[in-house]
Formats: sequence, structure tokens, C-alpha cells
Amino acid sequence: MRVPVSWLRTLVPGLTASADEIAAALVRAGLEVEQVHRTGHDISSVVVGEVLDVEELTGFKKPIRYCHVSIGDRTHEVVCGATNFVAGDRVPFALPGAVLPGGTIARRKTYGHVSDGMICSAAELGLSDESDGILVLEGEHALGADVVELLSLRDEVLDIAVTPDRGYALSVRGVAREAATAYGLELADPGLVAVPEPTADGHPVRLDDPQGCDRYVARVVRGLDPAATSPAWLQRRLVLAGMRPISLAVDVTNAVMLETGQPLHAFDLDALSGEVVVRRAGPGERLTTLDGQDRELDPEDLLITDDRGPIALAGVMGGGPTEVTAGTTALLIEAAHFGARTIARTARRHRLPSEASRRYERGVDPALAPAAAQAAVRLLVELGGATAGPVTDVDLRPPLPRLDLPVTEPERLAGRPYAPEVVRRRLEDVGCTVSGGPEVLEVEPPSWRPDLAGRADLVEEVLRLEGYDTIPVVLPAAPSGRGLTPEQRLRRTASRALAAAGLVEVVLPPFVSESSLELLGGGTDAPRLRNPLSAEEALLRPTLLPGLLATVGRNSGRGLPDVAVFETGHVFVGAGRTVPAPGVDGPPTPDQRAALDAALPEQPRHVGIALAGAPASWDAAVTALVDLGRALGLVLEPRAVSHGPFHPGRTAELLLDGRRTGLAGELHPRVVAALGLPPRTCAAEANLDVLVAAAAAQGPRPAPLVSHFPPASVDVALVVADDVPAADVERALRDGAGDLLEGLRLFDVYVGPQVGEGRRSLAYGLRLRAPDRVLTGAEILAARDAALERARADVGAELRT
Amino acid sequence: MSAPDLLSPSALEQARDTALAAFAAAGSLEELAAARTTCLGDRSPVAQARRSIGSLPGTEKADAGKRVNVVLQAVTAAFEARRGELEQERDARVLVEETVDVTVLPTRPVGARHPLTTIAERVADVFVAMGWEVAEGPELEHEWFNFDALNFGGDHPARELQDTLFVEPADSGLVLRTHTSPVQVRSLLDRELPVHVVCPGRVYRADALDATHSPVFAQVEGLCVDEGITMAHLRGTLDHLATAMFGPGLRTRLRPNYFPFTEPSGEVDLQCFSCRGASAEPGAPACRVCNSEGWIEWGGCGMVHPAVLRACGVDPERYTGFAFGMGLDRTLMFRHGITDIRDFYEGDQRFTLALGTEA
Repeated sequence: MRVPVSWLRTLVPGLTASADEIAAALVRAGLEVEQVHRTGHDISSVVVGEVLDVEELTGFKKPIRYCHVSIGDRTHEVVCGATNFVAGDRVPFALPGAVLPGGTIARRKTYGHVSDGMICSAAELGLSDESDGILVLEGEHALGADVVELLSLRDEVLDIAVTPDRGYALSVRGVAREAATAYGLELADPGLVAVPEPTADGHPVRLDDPQGCDRYVARVVRGLDPAATSPAWLQRRLVLAGMRPISLAVDVTNAVMLETGQPLHAFDLDALSGEVVVRRAGPGERLTTLDGQDRELDPEDLLITDDRGPIALAGVMGGGPTEVTAGTTALLIEAAHFGARTIARTARRHRLPSEASRRYERGVDPALAPAAAQAAVRLLVELGGATAGPVTDVDLRPPLPRLDLPVTEPERLAGRPYAPEVVRRRLEDVGCTVSGGPEVLEVEPPSWRPDLAGRADLVEEVLRLEGYDTIPVVLPAAPSGRGLTPEQRLRRTASRALAAAGLVEVVLPPFVSESSLELLGGGTDAPRLRNPLSAEEALLRPTLLPGLLATVGRNSGRGLPDVAVFETGHVFVGAGRTVPAPGVDGPPTPDQRAALDAALPEQPRHVGIALAGAPASWDAAVTALVDLGRALGLVLEPRAVSHGPFHPGRTAELLLDGRRTGLAGELHPRVVAALGLPPRTCAAEANLDVLVAAAAAQGPRPAPLVSHFPPASVDVALVVADDVPAADVERALRDGAGDLLEGLRLFDVYVGPQVGEGRRSLAYGLRLRAPDRVLTGAEILAARDAALERARADVGAELRT
Repeated sequence: MSAPDLLSPSALEQARDTALAAFAAAGSLEELAAARTTCLGDRSPVAQARRSIGSLPGTEKADAGKRVNVVLQAVTAAFEARRGELEQERDARVLVEETVDVTVLPTRPVGARHPLTTIAERVADVFVAMGWEVAEGPELEHEWFNFDALNFGGDHPARELQDTLFVEPADSGLVLRTHTSPVQVRSLLDRELPVHVVCPGRVYRADALDATHSPVFAQVEGLCVDEGITMAHLRGTLDHLATAMFGPGLRTRLRPNYFPFTEPSGEVDLQCFSCRGASAEPGAPACRVCNSEGWIEWGGCGMVHPAVLRACGVDPERYTGFAFGMGLDRTLMFRHGITDIRDFYEGDQRFTLALGTEA
């Protein structure tokens, strides 16, 4: 809402504060003044001049005039391109050196004459966006008088962002009420003007749908001069408020709407046929709206109709056939109260946000219709030579609600006391009628505040007008908490371990494309967005890989070829189920709650890793997950696996107690090529929730027996078939050596003629130790032999000789 | 030479002098070892002289022995002294030779955590230290939690396609949560009163990605519901958080605002941590952090709406509560002077490495 400060002042007589001060006061009261625009402050040296003579110059492509203009003590010669003035007219004249919004005026030679100044149009003075011809001043004005003063060119405009609950602030009246309260001044309320009683011969109006429309005032105006135009002050107000002047009838309805907040519509009375009926649309009905669009109407759309059918989308936009045109002389002025929800739905359904619908959506004062209609009629009579005709007022409004407010309720919510008389006065400031007391007040909110529907709403009015800054600052005492949950602590541990291992964390949007899931796996039932930001990426990720691999591409594309990144985040598995939403008058029943939770797809947290360039190796990818497990106190065992997007010979699944919790390795060359990734890009992904849950479930671990007896080291080299995983050999050695084995390390892998084709030699160092004695040679040998025997039995290992 | 010749004082002196000269001339431990063999070895004059003592008449033995020992001690001492010198020289030389450039380090991948992660933990820690707990909830949420229970009417504009990301099918009621507030609802339903929880998390809006909008961003919300909770407690909590995040002495300011799920509601501004409000004074130097307004819009807050309490099974006549929420991206943006929100979500390693090391 753009509110010209000059307009605001007309409704708050005595308001002398500066625009900036007013803006600050409104901000304190909760109106978001986003900006204070200044206009006309830089204009200077424009004075009233009288055109003394006009000489038409010929021989040019367009009409050019050479004139003399008197400013009282001097006469200037001037060349002018406009033709809408005659000798004797008084005009705004910019002296040489004058500053206008478009630049500085200087004496110059043009069209063969000296031009010593400029005769100004409304646009050149910043009064409007465009204008044809210069601005001929109406009325008597002294020659040489300052035009900036005369036309009130200097003004400020408050640009206010209005929250959805404050419909009343979409009007100069509403903002003026807040300003009046802030400065303790009287409001000259345009909603309180005297209005004529309805007349028996009023235009017939029927309201078929009181839910959609409970008030309809119709005023007949006849004898409007079709040639009458809006005076400069009216146009000026509209322009400053951000609307374009169109015609007197339209300008008047717009200006009254801006001032009061009541949207008005003017129908061409001669194009109307019979009774005006407000009703919902019937099947198959259509309407061509003022923007020229032929619209199919929805049964929920509220319509203004006459005998021939729809003539307007109620509260949103008028229709073509009854549009006010240049020849219109008789009007039916509509000032109605339409339901917020109805108008909001229609405006959205037809994608037709309008000045009217914006106001109805936020709630228009239902008591305002007669006064607003009267204001419009008065202006049409004054400015357009019209006569006021019959009056209709159909009023089906329900009574206003009354609220009980314990006088201590503001204190209960604010944490500071408010005197009963302060509570009462502040409620009256916003327009409430307050009775009852002393303990419980009976409050009737004003008609323009449908948002005041509960005690808390009334409390906010008291608190904001007394100032949020008067509320004390107290830190609440919480009961002793339990700190982070084990899972929350373990997730931090995981994240720190990954970073410590040299991985850079990234946070990526979860939107993925079908094609990337085809390439990278992840199933076919990922949740799909109804309104994705890009049609390409309409699915929610079931795996972190698409985002991470795109990140690899982005980094290497930016000249950072060595990539080592990780992400932890939710993935989405499976489509959800449809369940009806329970009510909100109380908590959901256990069954309803269970159904709501069951409706959601599974959304486990995953951890994903991508490596490219120098850091990329299949073993680094596997190690990253093994080390992550270790950081969480878990043993993740790698096992070779062939899986979709991964290299079939360089990929491990990571087993936790025999169950797969992750995958790691080099990507399949096909995937690398398809995504344009650096060669040998590697990746890993694991279910972080499973890891963290397993770690949290472990409980306290038993302490090891730290033996102080000397160890015995034994090396063995084993020859096995080359498809036997080292992990299996190691497990056999461990199982065979038994409790005396303290540590085991693979220190050499040999492939070559000495061990023969299809075989390899794995050399292990075994560290044996007993907790309570020095091991004897016999014990050492026995443990070694048991380990070898087990390896022979389990994996066919032979001792290398 | 006969024994008397070998044992003559002059011969012994000569042997001593020769040995001392040889040791002094030795330039390395190897040369010294060779000189030792020559001057102290079995065949050296001193050794031979010592052996020849036995062949002297008994009366001369003692004198000759004394003479030889004196020489032997002198030569041995000279040798030890020289060896000490040479070993010291060698050690000094080796240490010099082993000098390295300590600024040449192996290149090892350097990791870092994302600033959104670390700031979420930082905020959580502030509240955990006060006895609050960290609550979490799903990102793909049912509308009942995201809207209905939070007092968003069926026609609230937030429920429109241009604001919220909806999940197929159309009647599923599933949305990507538009704020972390559904976690408040879950917390009130699932926990015993009083409830003091802080909820950091990712949230989603149907905003195309540009420098100031992102379809995904990070929020943190706080919720406190108990008997006797007031806006004064809200202010106290916000001031405490501001101090914990930006240092002591910064004030917060509440301006009335509207949210469906709080009443009374407010916008919380933070005094600019850079100019500390000074730039708003006339004639003061401009401040780029707050645009010389002295305050930075930080988030929204208010007293939990009675309708929300009722939907969560909490008696609004008995209990009151406050809630607040702010964007973590936004907090980081003004804290670090980040001008493009896309930097958070593009995965460029340089961004995380520069900002993600702070715990």
C-alpha cells in the first residue's frame, strides 16, 4: 500500500510530524513501512506564467509554436511542441536553470528561435507517467508564483507491506487510524460521513448467497458529463498511490477505494438489464472480463448478474458488456461486502489478482459500503456534473462477535502489568467497543477488524500500542535437560570424522531427475513433486549420489579437479499414502496420529561421498566408510559386490553384522562417461541412521586386558587362489589362532611365477600375547599351527615355502 | 732396538710427541683411527716399550714403568680429546646436512564441515546449555503438521502451489515442510509438558534459485511451553541467543507482525553486530552489513496461538508458550558477508573450506 503523506494528513488534522517520524511511529505499531519515497523535492524554479502570444512555426515535421510568456516582472521567449493552449492561459513555466525530474532547463537556440525556458506538462513535473500537452492551470494564480507550492509537487509516499491480518491497512483510512493513535490525535474518519437512506425506487438487488455477499449498496448516478476529466489533485493522488488515471468515473472509484479501503465498481447503468443478483455461477456460464479474457466460470465463483447473465466476477473484475465507456452518462455504483475466502479462491482460480481482490481477501469493513458509495457519488456530482439518484442497501450482515477478555490477560502473555484503564483505552483506540469489567471486559471489535477473533488478538493490540519495547527481558528457567541424544551426538561424531578424513561437506537440494536415477539406481518409486521448480528434476532423491556427482562435475568444471566431498541428508524412499487430515479442535486420536505417520514415505538419513581427481581411488572410497564405522565404534566389513552404477570389479558392499549398510568403490566407466565425470571417479553411500542406531545400541564396551608380558611375533606367508578375498584369509587366521592373537597385519601381497598361475601369496605378521604369562615356544608354535590349519581348511591356504 | 733404547726418556718423549702430532693432524675420525693404530696399537713404540720393560733388570723396572705410563696416559688422553673434537665436528656437520625446509609439507586432502552444519550445532549448543533439547522431524511432512495444526486456514496463501512444494498425488496431503514449525507440533504431541525444544533443519519453498532465493534453506526454531511463560521470556531468550551468537552487548528489538501460529506476533530485529547501530545516526559512516539502518531483520516470533495449543492437546487457559524462528542461511549471510545464497547449495569446495572450519 502506497500512502501519500499529504493524503494521510487530510485524515489526521494536526499531524505535523515529518514523514520519517510518521514512518517510524507506524513501524512501532506494527505496520511494515518498507520505504519512504520522496517526490518533487528536487524541483525548483518553476513559476506561474501567462502565455502572451502564440506564433505557429511552419515547415517542420511536427507543429512547433513560438510564444512569449510573462512571469510578471519579465517576459521570456520560448519554443514549444504542444498545441493545447492559447494566449491568455496560465501555465507552469520552468525558468532557465530550473531543475525538473527529467533534467535541467537551459536557454538554447532551436527551430530558428531562442527558447529561454520551458512550458511544462504534467509528466515533466513528475505529476504523472505521461501526458498529452502542457498543463494549463485552472483558476486564478499570481504570475511568478512558485508552482511547486501551488501544485503541492513535494510529497512523500509511505510504502507499506500489509500482512494478511491487517486488511484495514490497505487504505489511507486504516493507516491514518494508526497514525492518529500513535500521536494521540483525532481521526477524520471518512467512514463516518452522513449517508442518504435507501429509497423505495432503488435499483433492485437480490443477494442469493449471504455467505459470499452479505451487504450490497447500489447508487444510481445520472447526467454525468462524459467530457469531464479528473482534476489534477485527484490524478496526483492516484499516481502517488501507484495507480493510473483513466477516466473520471474510474478515477473516483479508485480514489475512494484507496482512501476508505472499500472497493467500488461502476457499471454503465444503460447497459444493465433488470435486477442485480449476486449468486454463484451456474454450469457452463462464461464471462468476458475487462481484460478481454473470455472465462469459463467455476460453480464456486461468486457473480454479479443481471437479466442477461453474469456482468462481473464479484470483488475481482468487472465484465465487458457493462463497462464504463467514453460515452457513459449513467452509472450504477456498487459498494459491496464479499466473503474473503470466496474472493481469494476466485482470484487465484482465474489468476486475477486485482486491487479489489487484494482487499476483499484480507477483509473489507462491511459497515463501510454506504459511506464509500456516498463519497464516490459526491465526487461524481462535484466533478462530473452528475445528479445523485435512488439508493439501494441490502444488508444481511450477521451481528458482530463479542469477546470476553479478562483484564489481566495482557499481563499473562506479556509478563508485565497493564492498568485496566490502559487495556480499555488501547482497545478503544483500535475501534473496539468495551464494556463490562472490572474483572472481565466485554469487547466488541470494530467492523473493520475481522482479525480480532480471540483474546490473544486483543492482547496483541494492547501490547503493540503500549510498545513491545516496554516488555521486560527475562530468561526462562528450563528444567534440567538431558543434552543431546546419543544419536545426535553420534551424528556429530560421524560428520567430524568425515571432515577429519579430508572430506569437504556439501549441502545439496534433494531434487533429482528420472534420467539420473535410471543411471544411478535408486528405484522407481521416488516421491514426485506436483509443482517442481524444474520439470527435469521432479523427483525427491532416494540416493545422495546424483547430487554429489553433479557436485563433482561442478567443481572440476570450475578448475578444481581434485574433489573429495561428502553430504549427510535425508533420502526419500517410496511414495506416501493418502490419509485425510484430522481436525484441529484437539489433538489427533492415536489412530489418526498413527495414520498420519504411516502416510509419510521413509526418509532415512544417508551419508554419501564422492572422490575425483587425485583423491579418487576405490580403496579410498571403501576406507572412508570403514573409517566412518570405526569412528562410531562399529566394524564394517567390505565384501566384493557387483552393483548397478559401480565398477563390477572395484566395488565393496559394507557389512554390519552381515547386513549391507553401504556401498563404496569406483564408478562404472559407463556412468563416468554418461555424466562427463573425471575418469575413475569414486563414490560411497551408507545409511547413516542404521550406523548411528547400531552404534547407539552398543552400550558401554568392556575394557581390554592390557597385558604387560612380552609379545611373540610370527610371520606366515600363505598361498591362496587369487579369487579368495584377503578378508576371508584373515578371518580364518584369527579364528584359528584364538585368544592369544593380539594383532594381525597383512604386510605383503605377491603375485608371480614363484606361486604359480591363478594364485597369490599373502604375508601376515601375527602378534601373540598372553594376559598372564610369557608365552612358551610350544604355545607360540601351537597357535601358529592352529591358524595355518584353519586357513587351510577354510580358504585352501598353503604355507609358502 | 733394544729395550733400554726404547725405554730411554728421549725415545719415549719422541714417541709421545710423534703421537700427539699425529692425533692433532688427523682431520677425520678415520684418520684418527689410523693414527691410533700407529701410535697406540700393538706395534706402536709405546706398546713395544711397555712390553720391553720385562727384560730390564729388576731395579730399573719401576722407573721405566713409570716413564712409560706417563707417556701412555698423555697419548691416550690426547687421543680421547681429539676423538671428542672430531665427533663433535661430525655431529654438527650431519645435523647441518640433515636440515630440511619445514615449510614443504606433504599434500594431504583437507576436509571441512559445512557452515550450515556448524551454525546449527552452535545454536543447538546454546540451548542445550540452558537445559533445552534438540527436536527433529521429517522433511517430507503431512499438511496437518505443516499447516492445519499451525492455524493455517484451508485458504491460506501459503498453501498455494507458488509457495509450497507439494508431493504427488494431489490428494496425498504431503508437502516438503515449508518451515521447521511442524517439529513444534510433533514436540507438543509427543513430549510431556513443559516443553523446551530447539529445532534446526532444512525447509523448502517453491522459489526458483537466484542470488537471494533458494528452494531449500535452513531454519532454526525454538519452542517453550509451560505455565506462566510470557513474551518477557521470549525477549530474554532472544537476547541470550544474540549474545551467544554475536557477542555481548547487542540488543534485539521486536516489531509487531503477523503469523498464523503466534498471537501476539513479532518480527525480531538484531542490532547490527558490525556498526552496533551507530550507522543509523545522522552523519555517521555508512554500514554495509545493515544498510545503515542499525538493525538487521533476524526472524519471526510470538506467543504460541491458542489454536495451535488446542490442536496439540495443550490447554491454552493453563499453559502459554513462545516460539521463534530464524533463517540460518540468512544469519550466516550477514555474519560473513555472503551475498549469494546459491553458494550454500552448489557444493563448491572453496565455500565450505573457507567457512566450515568453525565449530
